[in-house]
Amino acid sequence: MNPRFSLLLILTAGLAVAFPPLPVPTVAPQARTFQVDAGQFAYSPSKIFVNPGDTVTLELVSTDVVHGIYIDGYDISFEADPGQTQTLTFIADKPGSFRFRCNVTCGAMHPFMIGKLMVGTNDWLYRSVGLAALAVLGVTISRKQEV
Amino acid sequence: MTKIELTRIPFIKNAFKSRYPQLAVFIVMLIGYIFAILAGLIGTPVGSHNFSIVFVWIAWWAILILVAVPFFGRGWCAICPIPLPGEWLQRGAILTPPDKRPKWLNLRVPKMFRNIWLQNISFLLLALFSSVLLTTPNITGIILAAMLFTAIGLGAIFERRAFCRYLCPVGGFIGLYSQAAPIELRIKDKQVCVTCEGKPCYNGSSIGFGCPWDVFPGGLTKNTYCGLCMECIRTCPHDNIAVNLRPFSADLAKPSTRMDEAFKAFIMLGSAIIYAGVLLGPWGTFKDAAYNVGSSAWFMYAGIFLSIIFGILPGFFTLGLLGTKGNATLKHRFASLSITLIPLGLMFWVAFSLSFVLTNASYILASLSDPLGLGWNLFGTANTAWQPMLTSILAPAQALALVGGLIWSARTAQKAANEVKVSPIPVIVYCFIATSIMLWLLL
Repeated sequence: MNPRFSLLLILTAGLAVAFPPLPVPTVAPQARTFQVDAGQFAYSPSKIFVNPGDTVTLELVSTDVVHGIYIDGYDISFEADPGQTQTLTFIADKPGSFRFRCNVTCGAMHPFMIGKLMVGTNDWLYRSVGLAALAVLGVTISRKQEV
Repeated sequence: MTKIELTRIPFIKNAFKSRYPQLAVFIVMLIGYIFAILAGLIGTPVGSHNFSIVFVWIAWWAILILVAVPFFGRGWCAICPIPLPGEWLQRGAILTPPDKRPKWLNLRVPKMFRNIWLQNISFLLLALFSSVLLTTPNITGIILAAMLFTAIGLGAIFERRAFCRYLCPVGGFIGLYSQAAPIELRIKDKQVCVTCEGKPCYNGSSIGFGCPWDVFPGGLTKNTYCGLCMECIRTCPHDNIAVNLRPFSADLAKPSTRMDEAFKAFIMLGSAIIYAGVLLGPWGTFKDAAYNVGSSAWFMYAGIFLSIIFGILPGFFTLGLLGTKGNATLKHRFASLSITLIPLGLMFWVAFSLSFVLTNASYILASLSDPLGLGWNLFGTANTAWQPMLTSILAPAQALALVGGLIWSARTAQKAANEVKVSPIPVIVYCFIATSIMLWLLL
């Protein structure tokens, strides 16, 4: 591998790692409640937006068969029988984007019954797109130097 | 990095030259494959508890896309059980050539089909029905059986492995991405092949069969159509065939000018993006449309799927190329630069598969003990609870794969653009936009 290219790659990675912390909006934590209707094979709402530090209560209502919710990253889960409401309360102390998914085999498309919990801004996405842009720039510049 | 000849190592060389190690793996794979068919047809209809779904679409898929294809190229094809029964019947032998070969038709595949368009179509057909295929055991069982019997039927009509070479939907994408793998089979000295009488590596001899993939090793310059069956290593009388360890993506330095291969790159890239949105996204409407085959929503889904693959993705790619100036025709530029999408597509599939595989891997233990979902507990793991694995590192791993794929593609674009004397910038921008969409869908 060309040494200049290697150097640029390292520089690119370094820049990305050294990204300044993204500004965190100073919103006072609050208690928020969402009713989530679950039916084969989707949640409504399918995306839930909260702020970091919020106390979140999910009221799961299953509209057909037994469904549940498992939240990636938070590693918490609960389930609801048809027609009954179950609640789960937790503090959204981890910022980012997390998939939540059905944790009870509920039919054919069960493995793909997925929703999204957004806690604050999706830093991973923004940083990754920024890293991708820097990487492309690095590769392009290194090639020009080679030529 | 220069090439390292692995077949210089006596253990590896002996393992490739002898038919018995490969045969042993083949038999295990064939038993597993037939069991997957039976499990799909007679086992529980609950996909997450059925061997056919769990072992084919979670375990096998994970090994294939995360390990086998990126590191061993067509390594899976070397042990794939699908062509075996047909090949044994076609040859009238399992190991060495028999005295009398059976009288099958042994026809040459018509010239119009000697490309990968049929593989493109067969992959697309499976892709359009993928939501049902991935979740319904008896459909998986039927498709697996259909592939086995089609391979047998084609083996009886056409010479060599017509199914693997021209029709297998899995073989198509393995072939495409095998160009990026750090393993290759090549000849050592071209002059030896030029003077070799009878070309037994291609035509066969009393000690072995000719290349079942219809490839003359002496002219092999890329991995796409070499199935790593090792038959040529056994038949070459001059010990002139080597298996080499080489830098990743060595084949991508030689851009293809074939439109069937170019469109394969778009099909694979587009399918990964669509699957990430439909299967892993939060939009239930898309999942319903993809699953309810035959409904008006499914026809709309199929229309959108095909439009993205044959219209939007190649359309924007072509628009980008229109801005470049060079002596090569637009068609030539299109085909040559589409090679850029190979590393990107491979990494899209890796990132997509990580999410699907890690969240469902715990089904493997349960299914191992109760493969048919009949209440057995063979190894005491039947009651293993579903638990997603490594979800905390999933996003960083996916981001790393996608950004790494973008860098890899950008470098490939620069080399391919240099070959056709155009600017790589439009293609790199295209790859960046595609990567950003994939990041948005997965993170």
